[in-house]
Amino acid sequence: MLQQMNKRPESLVDVQMHYCPGCGHGVAHRLVAEVMDELGIRERTIGVAPVGCAVFADHYFNCDMIQGPHGRGPAIATGIKRSKPGCIVFSYQGDGDLASIGMAETVHVAGRSENITIVFINNAIYGMTGGQMAPTTLLGQKATTCPAGRDPKVNGYPMRMCEMLATLDGARYLERTSVHNAANVLKTKKALKKAFQYQIEGRGFTMVEILSTCPTNMGITPLDACKFVQDQMLKQYPLGVYKDIQNVSGN
Amino acid sequence: MSEKLLMKGNDALAEGAVRAGCRFFAGYPITPQNEVPEYMSWRQPQVGGAFVQAESEVAAINMLYGAAATGTRSMTSSSSPGISLKQEGISYAAGADLPIFFVNVARGGPGLGNISGAQGDYFQSVRGGGHGDYRTFVMAPYSVEEMGNFPLHCFEVAEKYRVPAMILTDGVLGQMMEPLEFKFPEVDPKTLKEPDWALGECKGRKNRLVGSYDLVEGKLEHVTLARAKRYAQIEAEEVLFEDRLCADADIVLVAYGIAARACSAAVKMARAEGIKVGLFRPITLWPFPKRQLRELADRVQAFLVVEMSLGQLVDDVRLAVEFEAPVHLHARPSGVTPSGEEILKKIKEALKAGKGEPVCSSR
Repeated sequence: MLQQMNKRPESLVDVQMHYCPGCGHGVAHRLVAEVMDELGIRERTIGVAPVGCAVFADHYFNCDMIQGPHGRGPAIATGIKRSKPGCIVFSYQGDGDLASIGMAETVHVAGRSENITIVFINNAIYGMTGGQMAPTTLLGQKATTCPAGRDPKVNGYPMRMCEMLATLDGARYLERTSVHNAANVLKTKKALKKAFQYQIEGRGFTMVEILSTCPTNMGITPLDACKFVQDQMLKQYPLGVYKDIQNVSGN
Repeated sequence: MSEKLLMKGNDALAEGAVRAGCRFFAGYPITPQNEVPEYMSWRQPQVGGAFVQAESEVAAINMLYGAAATGTRSMTSSSSPGISLKQEGISYAAGADLPIFFVNVARGGPGLGNISGAQGDYFQSVRGGGHGDYRTFVMAPYSVEEMGNFPLHCFEVAEKYRVPAMILTDGVLGQMMEPLEFKFPEVDPKTLKEPDWALGECKGRKNRLVGSYDLVEGKLEHVTLARAKRYAQIEAEEVLFEDRLCADADIVLVAYGIAARACSAAVKMARAEGIKVGLFRPITLWPFPKRQLRELADRVQAFLVVEMSLGQLVDDVRLAVEFEAPVHLHARPSGVTPSGEEILKKIKEALKAGKGEPVCSSR
């Protein structure tokens, strides 16, 4: 007898996503949705969609969603959480959104230990605008605004967000994971679940940084994009838990 | 309705907003509006609301964007340079049909300028300010009492039409103390009906989306035109103004905010000398009282616009009167408040010029 082993999470809307083949956003969306299902929080979750490829996330998550200006997700999430403290609030952001134009909002939402969760997708490139250099682009990596490769003398160095935020007392759980292979997809789900669980318990600011793939803008195959994460990105962005304060009482 | 109080303009604004049901405030320090966030920092917790000192004006307006999206009456305040920073979020709120409320306690500019009261942000307020086609409902108080009573009206108009609403005031009104009465019963936001677009718990209903983008060809125009219908309704129904001694006037002063206070002194002096002067004070700067000014143009010899900016309000007055009467200008930009005496002198000059070339002056 045939048995359905897996189905679309209730926390995802049943529509076709626009993401390119080999892009990590679809996987990350599904993981967030599965976690929302498993924790039973879909009906009280409000998500913030960024500017960038994931702008359409507001049409993919089956909970109340808001879309706002580039990089301001953490500020929007703050306004929502302070007005609806009973709701679970997450902000989904790419690397340009979070680590460039929204750097101030990101650092301060962690500094305030706002009881929200950030899902940070780091694929080392601007996707929606067509492959420009991101704050997380690796040294030597080519992009449309550094066609000869990122040169630290001209373009500076890539930024490590988990490491930076880990210095802040307000950051309660920070983990960097990846979705470039199956084992790491499972680890990413575990990390997301922990982050949302901490938020449910009122422990303060949590973020999961997910290393992801953008084959379209790197001009490589999806498989090579996974290899790029494995061989290049992991050196600059080591996976692991950067902060885990387990014994903070709920607020 | 309430007892007579003595309050500073900025405190009156904050207390008026709280009594109007404001339960979220985010702001950033900038002179001359600092009393507003200071007041809110202790007052919001008293009424079960939230106060956040934001890391920047950009963050503050976006916190407002989030809070307003949950249907909470939400406010931010700043002064000119900070209001420039907020324009991004204001445009997004306009595009997402969110009823946000913000206050500009304006100072002299451009740039860092100074911290005196000024009116140089008129165009920024009434012409949109941020990117894209949108309008903001703008009220201009001219007394501490109006500072305290206008926030409720701003919230109501913002919610009725789903548009951003603002109070454009200045450093003089923000800093001065006057007696006032709050002329409305305190609003308990729990008694307000939850809007059918507000974000929250989606249990038992379809999930809701708040946002301002639409990439499908032609759809965004459809949304913008639907919004334009609401703008037309606001222009038809929400104009507020005060006309004083205009019935027999040979010349009518047009001024708003603190400049109108200076004009009231000039009107008294002129009337004592037998000069027939009236004062027309727009209370809503958008929608602008166009029709009322056009009607006056048939009866008076001339208008004299008195503004604490280079000549911004004067454009709206000229558009309104359609060249049916000469429109003179007395402009004191960058943080100078004109005196009654100097305005009286300009009234006499304007009357002498009659139907001739309009007189434009500063100092």
